[in-house]
Amino acid sequence: MSVTIDLQRFLARRSFVELSARERAHALLDKGSGKELVGPFDRQHSVWLEMQNIVPQEDDGVVVIHGRMDGKPAVVVAIEGAFQGGSMGEVAGQKIVCALELAKRDHERGIPTRPVLLLETGGVRLQEANLGLAVIAEIHAAIIALRPYVPVVAVIAGLVGCFGGMSLAAALCSHLILTRQARLGMNGPEVIEQEAGIAEMDAGDKRLVWSLIGGEQRAAVGLIDDLVEDDAEAVAHAVRAAFQARRPVQHRSEQVDFFLERLAAIDPEQVKDGAALRALWGKGEVK
Amino acid sequence: MDVLNFTYPGETRVSHRAHVGVVGSGDLEILLEPSPDGAAHVRVRTSVDGYAPIWRKVLDRFFSRYKGCVSIEINDFGATPGMVMLRLQQAVEEQGQ
Repeated sequence: MSVTIDLQRFLARRSFVELSARERAHALLDKGSGKELVGPFDRQHSVWLEMQNIVPQEDDGVVVIHGRMDGKPAVVVAIEGAFQGGSMGEVAGQKIVCALELAKRDHERGIPTRPVLLLETGGVRLQEANLGLAVIAEIHAAIIALRPYVPVVAVIAGLVGCFGGMSLAAALCSHLILTRQARLGMNGPEVIEQEAGIAEMDAGDKRLVWSLIGGEQRAAVGLIDDLVEDDAEAVAHAVRAAFQARRPVQHRSEQVDFFLERLAAIDPEQVKDGAALRALWGKGEVK
Repeated sequence: MDVLNFTYPGETRVSHRAHVGVVGSGDLEILLEPSPDGAAHVRVRTSVDGYAPIWRKVLDRFFSRYKGCVSIEINDFGATPGMVMLRLQQAVEEQGQ
């Protein structure tokens, strides 16, 4: 799953990473088909941030666009990583839950709505504490409820990456697409450095960080489905292809024994870096 | 966080609204929509305290050229005056489309 760089194409590409959440969502849908649901003018911002002297954003950092993909109905939920690190507060999370639940209702009524999540988030919004945690649990439940009907496709493009409770949401999705710029993990490197010391993790060492939790590494050890170039067209193509593909017989989260065996095979004294994990897990084919 | 309010005289009616920017570091979000009366109203929420005189100057300059009857809401996360002016111009441009 390595990425070869065609220089002409690379220069001609339109970066997906550099797009705002709203632009990303529209870039995945058929041109001109997207209509925003609960947009900024509906002013569903967080009431909790202002109480803590933090400037809110009117869409609370989550953009929900309903439109068409290859002519089929689709809903794209994009998290804006630039606002509060894409953190999940009450409103932001609830917008994701509602989008997923409405997609499920569509399927129950025979409308084949395709759900896509563009995850760019550090996880729970600490200022909203339990409300954020609760809504992340609801997102997990909504993904699990929806995925028997249709693949739930997630993209992590970077540069924020996807962490904390939302990394679990990513792992629950049917199809996971990353760029090499993306990172996916439970604790972010800064948190690990702070909690376990710089000897355990030097968060300033980007090569080290990406060798452990970057998109290329995650692809090499079989924890994601697609590694794509930072190109809006390539991401849109991968998302569309994910809906054409046969649904996974078993989601990763259902392969408990397989992953328990994998974890049991790790000797922490031996597997100390990304390369060692690749050697051990290889391109772990999903059963 | 400071909350600031400004009012300017407006001349031309506008019919559309526009949304630009994000509340990210060094950036700001602007919501621009038709004003309920014949004036222009600006409400600023900014993460940087104590800069009301600078906001006044930036907005004075903006409304010395722009005469739309608009309600503008700004959610600012430490944008420089230059950035604020660019986003205001972008909002007016989007509104006109």
